[in-house]
Amino acid sequence: MSVRERLSGNEAIAHAMKQIDPDVFAAFPITPSTEIPQYFAQYVADGKVGTEFVTVESEHSSMSTCIGAEAAGARAITATSSCGLAYMYEVLYVAASMRLPIVMAVANRALTGPININNDHSDSMGARDAGWIQLYAENNQEAYDNYLQAMPIGEDESVRLPVMVCQDGFITSHAVENIELCEDAEVKGFVGEYHPENALVGHENPLAVGPYDTCPYYMEHKVQQAEAMKNAKARILKVASDFEKMTGRKYGFFEEYRMEDAEAAIVVIGSTAGTARAEVDILREQGKKVGMIKVRVFRPFPAEELAAALSHVKAVAVMDKSEGFAADGGPLFHEVRSACYDLPQRPMMIDVVFGLGGRDCATTDIERVYNRLFKMIETGEVGPVYNHMGQRDLREATV
Amino acid sequence: MSMTEIRWHGRGGQGAKTACLLLADAAFASGKYVQGFPEYGPERMGAPITAYNRISDTRCTIHSNIYTPDYVVVVDETLLKSVDVTAGLKETGAIIINSERSPAELRPLLNGYKGKVCTIDARKISEEALGRYFPNTPMLAAAVKVSGVVEPERFVADMRASFGHKFATKPQVIEGNMKALQTAMMEVKEG
Repeated sequence: MSVRERLSGNEAIAHAMKQIDPDVFAAFPITPSTEIPQYFAQYVADGKVGTEFVTVESEHSSMSTCIGAEAAGARAITATSSCGLAYMYEVLYVAASMRLPIVMAVANRALTGPININNDHSDSMGARDAGWIQLYAENNQEAYDNYLQAMPIGEDESVRLPVMVCQDGFITSHAVENIELCEDAEVKGFVGEYHPENALVGHENPLAVGPYDTCPYYMEHKVQQAEAMKNAKARILKVASDFEKMTGRKYGFFEEYRMEDAEAAIVVIGSTAGTARAEVDILREQGKKVGMIKVRVFRPFPAEELAAALSHVKAVAVMDKSEGFAADGGPLFHEVRSACYDLPQRPMMIDVVFGLGGRDCATTDIERVYNRLFKMIETGEVGPVYNHMGQRDLREATV
Repeated sequence: MSMTEIRWHGRGGQGAKTACLLLADAAFASGKYVQGFPEYGPERMGAPITAYNRISDTRCTIHSNIYTPDYVVVVDETLLKSVDVTAGLKETGAIIINSERSPAELRPLLNGYKGKVCTIDARKISEEALGRYFPNTPMLAAAVKVSGVVEPERFVADMRASFGHKFATKPQVIEGNMKALQTAMMEVKEG
């Protein structure tokens, strides 16, 4: 039985956390994820959860607290954004390499320089090589649903990796929308309890964690970690299938929207996918063959599957909500284009960097991207590959 | 798909965001799909802020700001001088302004806007009902009355429940807010 509610994305995440009732929440506030520990602190004060709520003095410490707790055999969570995530950088790698399936909610926000509190994906994209599984949400419902699936994915013995559950700061974290919630008992049954085989304390076979790793062993551990990330693909699909049985809501590595006969396609992450979906419907009514792919799982990267989904398309625009400063495109573009390299017939492909620091992206902006793709198809010329959209600029707009 | 888009203009601390979220609550209670979201920036007391509602019969997936609203609600009259409040406002819609002045007096300040202009003296209503100046409740009521996004009787009943929840620890303000709500629905002037 689902419960119809209206919640912001942050409320939805906090509600999922309450239903799971984890052992430890290590909390340090940062906009726009601050509401998550704020709501959770109320649950603690009201006795609605049995969680040990640890308030710390920095994000480096909140992640370190999660690492200590999870290594001891507890289920530990936290939430962060932007500079908070950046401040965790060192220990993100520790969590992943110790194979501790911590779950962290991220309300994506631009990184400082200049300071900005609004949404883009530069924080979690900056951590894309840290060894964490990354799930991204379009709206409050997906943030909630991804959160419920995160522990069954990360804690599985074939995976044992930490998971970031990302949503767009403010755009969905602070937007109240309709949502269907699961009953508490359903969540408890689905997420289950966490009983690691080995842990620092309370076990017959105590585990040493975090020792020095010499040359003869370090590489083996890294390869095991890489294998775990590959294994996560099957586990993500299995958990999605179980989740669909419980809720009727379907998840995969990505969502294909009206892609069957699409000639022009956009690949995008997060809330912009919803805006793109509305524009796809408008253009389809005009007889234009357009489609959209919304990437939900960025780590592990579903390269073969994405390539297959794009194999019949003539022109693709990958929309990056982070600027990787690689001088030739953002991170999503690099990976999507690389994924398509082995296709016998590759689509034309461009990158559109957009929405940095909260720059708004409306349906009319999506229309501009499709118009660029139509022009590419019409002329057979790719034109400029690496584009920025929406900025005030003296250069001629390429999108 | 019929969708109503509403843009709120206020100043930090006046409760425009709260009114926007309460409208989303009320529309949700009446069975609608809703979005209620503020536009965040370097906020501080008194700075201009914007908030948005989308209300529809099916889920709206668009996650951008609203550029062509059906209705605009101005919680602080002084914003008329500094913010282009009628930007993109549909002429089939309306603008609702917190002011003791009449719609006819304000129309010349609205960049030639030809649609409906409504005013409501939220200060007077709030001070009489609550003893203090909280413009958001009267502005919310005026927005519901003018836009018709929620059936008025249903709205009043839902808001009583909503205030009961919101002010569980200070029930003495519930009646005052209900009075402000009902007075505003009667006193909003259309021109």
